[in-house]
Amino acid sequence: MSIRVGKAAQAPPFPAVAKQLVHNSQIRHNVRHATDVIRNKRARVVDEMPDWQQLRDAGHRIKEHTLHHLDRYLLQFEESCTRAGGKVHWAADADEANRIVVGILQANGEHDVIKVKTMTSDEIQLNSALEAAGITPYETDLADLIVQLGEDQPSHIVVPALHRNRMEIRELFLRKMGLETLGEKAEDLAAAARAYLREKFLRVRAAISGANFLIAETGSVCVVESEGNGRMCLSLPQTLITVAGIEKVIPTFQDLEVFLQLLPRSATGERMNPYNSIWTGVTPGDGPQEFHVILIDNGRTSVLADEESRETLDCIRCGACLNVCPVYRQTGGHAYGSIYAGPIGAIVTPQLLGMEHSQSLPYASSLCGACYEVCPVKINIPEVLIHLRNKVVQNGDAPLEERIAMKIAALAMGNSSRLGAAHKLVRIGQRLFENDGQLTGLPGMMANWTATRDLSALPPESFREWWSKRTTGRSS
Amino acid sequence: MVEQADHREIILSVAREQVLSRIRQAIPPTAASSVKAGHAAIPREYQRAGTLGESARLTLFEDRLRDYGAGVYRCAESAIAATVALAMKARGKSELIVPPAVPQAWLPAEARFLPSNALSYADLDQTQGVLTNCVGAVAISGTILLQHTADNGRRAITLIPDYHLCIVFADQVRETLAEGLEALPKSLSVPITTISGPSATSDIEMTRVKGVHGPRVLDVILAARNP
Repeated sequence: MSIRVGKAAQAPPFPAVAKQLVHNSQIRHNVRHATDVIRNKRARVVDEMPDWQQLRDAGHRIKEHTLHHLDRYLLQFEESCTRAGGKVHWAADADEANRIVVGILQANGEHDVIKVKTMTSDEIQLNSALEAAGITPYETDLADLIVQLGEDQPSHIVVPALHRNRMEIRELFLRKMGLETLGEKAEDLAAAARAYLREKFLRVRAAISGANFLIAETGSVCVVESEGNGRMCLSLPQTLITVAGIEKVIPTFQDLEVFLQLLPRSATGERMNPYNSIWTGVTPGDGPQEFHVILIDNGRTSVLADEESRETLDCIRCGACLNVCPVYRQTGGHAYGSIYAGPIGAIVTPQLLGMEHSQSLPYASSLCGACYEVCPVKINIPEVLIHLRNKVVQNGDAPLEERIAMKIAALAMGNSSRLGAAHKLVRIGQRLFENDGQLTGLPGMMANWTATRDLSALPPESFREWWSKRTTGRSS
Repeated sequence: MVEQADHREIILSVAREQVLSRIRQAIPPTAASSVKAGHAAIPREYQRAGTLGESARLTLFEDRLRDYGAGVYRCAESAIAATVALAMKARGKSELIVPPAVPQAWLPAEARFLPSNALSYADLDQTQGVLTNCVGAVAISGTILLQHTADNGRRAITLIPDYHLCIVFADQVRETLAEGLEALPKSLSVPITTISGPSATSDIEMTRVKGVHGPRVLDVILAARNP
């Protein structure tokens, strides 16, 4: 199996990259500014919904139900979509999916393809596969275009270029689009993207999209977007290829009424995003006359098999958990080494890849729970993080020092006389490091804590010692 | 061409069997009847039905549209043509394209209107804008629903031109999204586009900026049916 999540399998551990990134004040400033804006907008449009919690409940239950009957809903989608003139393909892993896409484009003699933002295509590294086959992919989402032109990596699920500010984008556009002048306003940058891409929209005959929702009942696909680049890709070319993870299926058209309320308010803090496209197979006289959907596993069935973390697959990729995460807000997305950043990335990436990779990610969290609170489908991310930490340890993949320390701790805490003895030992040992009741400059692994935080020294007497003295005193 | 679109057969493959069997290993399949019952039992305690009267509903819709930066005109059905003329003049437009089913009565004599049918993408890119109706609207999110048949036209005509003037009848405006989607008049297999304001992006510093690839200007004429 060639399961991939972008370049995550080769990425250095989270703490190593995070350490560098927190010193990059430009990125920190950009990330802080953008996440502040979006958090406030989200809060405003969520607070005006009296039935938000009921919507979350419904969204959660629909996803849970669908995953429970995933085989049936996928087959139903396949049948309805095929009946409407679509071609449904299945891919067990990234390579298979890429081969199918390249095969369709080559059979049609295409050398160019336009793309609507699709995380799944980043996950399977479709662009590299296309380029290797001599096909040029053009990203058309503004943020994806910024990432592509800058030969950069996405840093946010919804706004992949969130780590770049306006002036940086302006310089990039001037350089890469061969422009002589360009204004500084966001409107000017949007206009430059419009001019740059319009020729491609009108000329290129094939497009690749992701899917926000696959509707089993009708065989329809729904794509949610803002700029109109999605509509361009979905309705102008001759050939359309949609790549979608198998968890994107929902049972009925009616279920959209839940997700189309949860998603835009959570993702961009809008009551509704400017455009939603919903189409079913092919429609004579309107839009692509050749339509393919590729249903991709790429590690998802392993997530499904783990009952305690299955809910990871409920994710509708709104990015709300990133915007509130105190860790993400300090490091930005690149520290996660994956196209899926933030709290959801910390649980998606290691599970898709298998727990031998990205083991530092379940620890990239303070478990504060803000992610769970904003999640529109109520994924209990902190609980899944703890479950994954447990898996890292069970696999024996924790660092050697930590394993030894935990063994000793288990031994010491196993019975009260051993614990008492351990307390006495520590009280002697801590004298070397004690400073005004605080321990400083501890050696080895403990240095990670004392370098930046206080650690109180053990008091001269433990609770147990005090208690036993007290009861002895009373009975005599 | 890989295969003709009318070749409607399920594509069998090793991967298909692999993925399905891995899913069934993860979660053992259950009876079809329990799937239906399970879906029906999902609690939907959110607000599906609206509570506002007509006037408050229309005010809310108008307010939401303006919040997105769309222009809004209110008029009686009999005054649509005059209002179209007014809106076009305000935007400096002299000629719009129209899908086949737009009634002649909506088209003011002083402006030109071209049928959209035969136009290529390049032609559409040269037009000044498009006039269509819609199949429904949702007040709470300021959303217009298009379903692409003869009335609303194929998808490209409301996408490539830079200006969209849309006629929405007051009785087409529902309060909630659930009501709006439920009221779609045609088969769900007809492509659906929902429009909430002019095209926009939030990709630069998370600020909604009007106007990227879709129409950069959206005007809505909210018309009350003739009694």
